[in-house]
Amino acid sequence: MTIQSNVPSGPVAEAWDKHRFEMKLVNPANKRKHKLIVVGSGLAGASAAATLSELGYPVDCFCFQDSPRRAHSIAAQGGINAAKNYQNDGDSVYRLFYDTVKGGDFRSREANVHRLAQVSVDIIDQCAAQGVPFAREYGGNLANRSFGGAQVSRTFYARGQTGQQLLLGAYSALSKQIEAGAVTMHTRTEMLDLVIINGQARGIITRNLITGEIERHVADAVILATGGYGNVFYLSTNAKGCNVTATWRAAKKGAYFANPCYTQFHPTCIPVTGDHQSKLTLMSESLRNDGRVWVPKEAGDKRPANDIPEAERDYYLERKYPAFGNLVPRDIASRSAKEMCDAGRGVGETGLAVYLDFADAISRLGEDTIRARYGNLFDMYNRITGENPYKVPMRIFPACHYTMGGLWVDYNLMSNVPGLHVLGEANFSDHGANRLGASALMQGLSDGYFVIPYTVGNYLATNDIEDLGTDHAAFDEAENAVREKMDTLLSINGDRSVESFHRELGRIMWDGCGLERTKESLETALTKIAALRDEFWKRVRVMGDGEGLNRSLEKAGQVADFLEFAEVMCHDALAREESCGGHFRGEFQTPEGEALRDDANFCHVAAWQFNGVGTEPTLHKEELSFDNVKLTTRSYK
Amino acid sequence: MNLTLHVWRQKNAADKGSWETYNAKDISPDMSFLEMLDVVNEGLEEGGTRPISFDHDCREGICGMCSMVINGRPHGPQKATTTCQLHMRSFKDGDSITIEPWRAKAFPVIQDLTVDRSSFDTIIQAGGYISIRTGSAPDANAIPVGKVDADKAMNAAECIGCGACVAACKNASAMLFVSAKVSHLAQLPQGQAERERRVLNMVATMDEAGFGNCTNTFECEAACPKEISVSNIALMNKDYLKAALTSGE
Repeated sequence: MTIQSNVPSGPVAEAWDKHRFEMKLVNPANKRKHKLIVVGSGLAGASAAATLSELGYPVDCFCFQDSPRRAHSIAAQGGINAAKNYQNDGDSVYRLFYDTVKGGDFRSREANVHRLAQVSVDIIDQCAAQGVPFAREYGGNLANRSFGGAQVSRTFYARGQTGQQLLLGAYSALSKQIEAGAVTMHTRTEMLDLVIINGQARGIITRNLITGEIERHVADAVILATGGYGNVFYLSTNAKGCNVTATWRAAKKGAYFANPCYTQFHPTCIPVTGDHQSKLTLMSESLRNDGRVWVPKEAGDKRPANDIPEAERDYYLERKYPAFGNLVPRDIASRSAKEMCDAGRGVGETGLAVYLDFADAISRLGEDTIRARYGNLFDMYNRITGENPYKVPMRIFPACHYTMGGLWVDYNLMSNVPGLHVLGEANFSDHGANRLGASALMQGLSDGYFVIPYTVGNYLATNDIEDLGTDHAAFDEAENAVREKMDTLLSINGDRSVESFHRELGRIMWDGCGLERTKESLETALTKIAALRDEFWKRVRVMGDGEGLNRSLEKAGQVADFLEFAEVMCHDALAREESCGGHFRGEFQTPEGEALRDDANFCHVAAWQFNGVGTEPTLHKEELSFDNVKLTTRSYK
Repeated sequence: MNLTLHVWRQKNAADKGSWETYNAKDISPDMSFLEMLDVVNEGLEEGGTRPISFDHDCREGICGMCSMVINGRPHGPQKATTTCQLHMRSFKDGDSITIEPWRAKAFPVIQDLTVDRSSFDTIIQAGGYISIRTGSAPDANAIPVGKVDADKAMNAAECIGCGACVAACKNASAMLFVSAKVSHLAQLPQGQAERERRVLNMVATMDEAGFGNCTNTFECEAACPKEISVSNIALMNKDYLKAALTSGE
């Protein structure tokens, strides 16, 4: 199978308008005959389900939580970008496009990114009309801030809870459609397989998490909006329930997984305190606007922070990057912190943390100003660590936060499997090797509100889709496979908990395929993953049965998928012999320790085809061309 | 530290349920309450006992999934804090802790500490939105909203839908939850067109779901992890009365 991006010909700025006209429409009276499945109810899933049902398609929407309002989009803090140029500070669609391509370290598809920038303005209109309480100025207009080092103020926000408010907006649109009978919502339901018939995605197999029932759902197209795979590291800022199961099981059915090695580590998370740690909490990176990052100059200096004199502190970001200082991009800040800890200069009990110090800002601006700016974050830090950051420096450490890779999709957001569409963090499309701050919310809503409603229509209008039911043999086969896998998990009766396997996999991935990877670390990880997976299928202990609520069974299935998926991640990281964005290979760096891209050999999307568990996947390349944004090297010196 | 837990165990909705006692040993004060339960659950599984079932997801206090009554208080002793953000340093070595589910007719127990809160979704579906189709919005700055109104709307919109307000109320009233949404939308110009029918429909659905009435004891506000104000209830009552008397619907 070859992969074709299906980007319309002609100038990038006209591509989406041209494409919208060229796409075929489904007759309004026929839309009700095309049932659609949407898996996931976060920003991308909820907005897609709501909008598609408004158009007249009957939609079945699925989520594993007890309500669609719980999806992890809700946790995004900072904001959402849009090229409104309300501040008159020089922003434009083209500038947002340019910044996003550059920020993605030239590994994204220009046409997709341009479309994203173009529809960003419609998203803000839509959300404001829904009643999303964005921050306002006294005159009643929307307020903006500059975010993540952007030189223009294009970020819209709702206090530190922008993700929550945007998700509740999409949830309200979805609720309106559920009430109207246009969307059938299936909560506490997990997708366990994709059903492909005549080469087309035609349905899914699910498990009702309360009754344990295995169910079949048929549709004319399947849309996955199931988020990222950051929990492959066990510890991440993702919700505990985030998993790779839906996308990985689609990958096992033939969908290509693109760029899985692109993972983003957020520098300002609260560090690990012990083996019991179940997740990591992110604090907004706005903290770096006033906080100074440092470690002791001497390795192994265990004195309390306030006892270390100024002369014995190393403000390493300010030292290494005088132009940007503490505001260097996420990948650089994260990698530098790891470098310091690897050199034995980390702080705190575990030595896996660096200081973020507000003492200077407090003496310059006063405690009240700092409280007004960051009070809620300081309170959160205090609640979790028991320390008062007004008196002692915060301790921070990077954690996996977002995954740029995902299922490969073309310009229409359709995977290489006809009918299977993938939205939001679950696809690979818009962020290249590195996502900019406030761009995840933008992409989720762009895909759901403004892209998929057009492109799915074109798919339905231009393909023959056979009329069939869930009694088709392919459903039997998929359901049997799901049952078999569950029965196997339940019958092993081993002596190790599911959680312990996940934790061990996380450590392997952190060491082997984390902030910095090398050929050696990746090869070690691959050996260890295979061994751990073997052990899992021999020793895992899953209590209870398949009837009714069984959390260890759910989790076991998800960890089993992570144990397979992790290998593709390592293969991708091994094959990409360059450093770019969220993928830093130790062997490929400048003498100053900066990422060294290899545009001659790696200016492509790596889309991996599954060939069986433990078998090396096949690489398909989509070459990327940069006709508008000139390939340059990022520099923050 | 070592703790004694008294936990409500109930296999499913039909089961009568009972209290069970477990020991939580070698608990670090740095653990979150849910991490403490993770440790207890791993121990239970090792001993061949079904782990304690509880809802949780983001573990950073925003998704609203975690929901347990700790020592008689929804989300436990710390003010403005969800269970997942509560840390064990709030307890002392040797403490006994009782843990039970939200208890309300409209929140039937599914298993142990997991309850069914779909009645909240049903209430939102009855009108907790502004009916606007995707693509039909005017420019965002075409609808000015003063900063004061926007802030008030945001104060109400911060509700995470966890249900602690219901669990705290002796009448299991959902007035704080419902009023938060009514008030969020009523304070914005976008929300005016449907203001009357919204409050009528949402209140009617709330009553049908089996939630009790409000008798102004304000336990809901005290238990709310997002400190949603009871003044929203006053606004809802005013809107409801006006709509009931004047609405043509």
